[in-house]
Amino acid sequence: MATSIEPNTSIQSVASPPTKWDISWDRAFRGMTHMFSWLTILLVVFILYEIGGKAFPAIQEYGFSFITGTTWDANRGEFGVLPEIWGTLYSSLLALMIAGFFGVSIAIFLTQDFLPTYLEVVFKNIVELLAAIPSVVYGLWGIYVVIPAIRPAANWIHEHFEWIPFFKTSLSGPGMLPASLVLAIMILPTVSAISRDAISSVPRKLKEAAFGLGATRWEAIFGVIIPASATGIFGSLVLGFGRALGETMALAMLVGNSNQLTVSLFSPANTLAALLANNFPEAGKQEEQVLMYAALLLMAITLAVNIFGAAIMRRASAHMKGATK
Amino acid sequence: MSQEITDAFDDIDFPTLERSLRHPRTLFSSTLSILTGLVTVVACIPLFSVLFMLIWRGGKRLSLSLFTETPPSAFESGGGFGNAIVGTLLMVSISVVISVPFGVLAALFLAEFGKDSKTASAVRFCAKLLTGFPSILAGVFAYAAVVLVTGTYSAPAGGIALSILMLPIVMLTAEEAIKMVPHRMKEAAIGMGATQTQVVWKVVLPTALPGLLTGVMLAVARAAGETAPLLFTALNSNYWIVQDGKLALMDPTASLAVLIFNFSGVPFENQIELAWAAALVLVMIVLVINIGGQILSRNKVTS
Repeated sequence: MATSIEPNTSIQSVASPPTKWDISWDRAFRGMTHMFSWLTILLVVFILYEIGGKAFPAIQEYGFSFITGTTWDANRGEFGVLPEIWGTLYSSLLALMIAGFFGVSIAIFLTQDFLPTYLEVVFKNIVELLAAIPSVVYGLWGIYVVIPAIRPAANWIHEHFEWIPFFKTSLSGPGMLPASLVLAIMILPTVSAISRDAISSVPRKLKEAAFGLGATRWEAIFGVIIPASATGIFGSLVLGFGRALGETMALAMLVGNSNQLTVSLFSPANTLAALLANNFPEAGKQEEQVLMYAALLLMAITLAVNIFGAAIMRRASAHMKGATK
Repeated sequence: MSQEITDAFDDIDFPTLERSLRHPRTLFSSTLSILTGLVTVVACIPLFSVLFMLIWRGGKRLSLSLFTETPPSAFESGGGFGNAIVGTLLMVSISVVISVPFGVLAALFLAEFGKDSKTASAVRFCAKLLTGFPSILAGVFAYAAVVLVTGTYSAPAGGIALSILMLPIVMLTAEEAIKMVPHRMKEAAIGMGATQTQVVWKVVLPTALPGLLTGVMLAVARAAGETAPLLFTALNSNYWIVQDGKLALMDPTASLAVLIFNFSGVPFENQIELAWAAALVLVMIVLVINIGGQILSRNKVTS
């Protein structure tokens, strides 16, 4: 059985020092990854430059009055996006209120041991599948399912509570409420997933301590879990808001594309993104520049909200690191 | 001593410690538990409603001719959306070709070569900005940068718009996947005298492959469903991309998503039915890719 161990030549060759070609390929490849990282930064700068540059003539011509104007008339060259800015913020806030309530409730329900683990996973996946449905399909569903479903109730409310400004008009078809409802469904996965993370990162010991003091399950949740994860939950709401602001197709199909300033939930309205989607394909040279200006405004608003949200999330995770120590 | 203890017990109101529904505290707690359960169930309704409507309204139109014919005009009956499926696949392929090498190379820098550099944190910041970027703005950008330059609505313009949306997803998931590769594997390769690039090609990339694929599939699923960026980059078309044996690459191109949008608001029953059928096909494609990606990522965790 005395087989001598011969040095294996092929193994030796693997352990040989890198050749000149290996070294130069190493340098080139590392340079390449470096270059592509820089390209990401350049891409963001280029996007800002392109949209800003194309919007520049319109900014010069209309200046600040574009933001405060309320008429949109391509034939007379009058452009103002105040109704669209209002509609964007209003629809997003409505959607956020609905999605915030549902999202945070779901996050609590799926993290606080109400259900066996496999059911938690099932519900989590169902809620996350909501995000996988393309927004144009939600738009189609909204037109043929949501609007007919809520129209009778909305018109009943309108008849009986007309004196409340929110119900001033009747719901004939597309409008703020169906758009916000669908928008809420679309941002629900964002809100619930991020607040789930925030809530489940609260150390278990905190909750157990509350139980030890005799707290009921919900006293522990309201007194300990939610305060401890408040920053993260707030961050999830801000990021959800940012998504709602930029969401296009569902709104372009459901909001009614009507240039009016209104607080009524049942009247048609418009948003910046829907304005772009509906007017851009048929725009002339001048309207195109104006729409670029509108795109720039939308970009400024969403960037500000998203950066704010990311900053909160960073603070939330730093805060949580402190709590686990 | 024992007297003191019994005195202390006398101060405690034992019945309040009982869990009885007659106590406001427990009642409140149980009510809230039921309410949140209901809220969670209610939140699942939209998904089932969408799926049910798709199968009910889209399913009855499902036939082979949908995939082989072009869209009908207003008063025509029949028709299909074969050209839109081809257009969607073409544009998603273009965006994969652009965003995957770009994203993976940048992710290699973020996770391996320049881990803690200032460039890396700036790149990460930009990628996160792009994640929150409204999809319609990708379309506006591609319109300004591609359509205005080439002078025509085209499939590449649509593909470039989609690649901007895919890039941050691919990059950030790839970074996570690459970070998961155990240090020891890399150290072993370095101990053998391998250069960093050899380590990346022979150890890091093969190990991180399932994670990379998950990211790519999630990005593809998202891009396939996007409509807004295609509205004024690829526009729409009622014809096949290959006409008379020629590839009309620089012409307006159809896509499923834009077809659904265009047919959703028309008063013609046939086109509305086609919109539902197209939505069913699109959701099936997106869900299959999505679930595939999630299965891949689950395997990665258990291995």
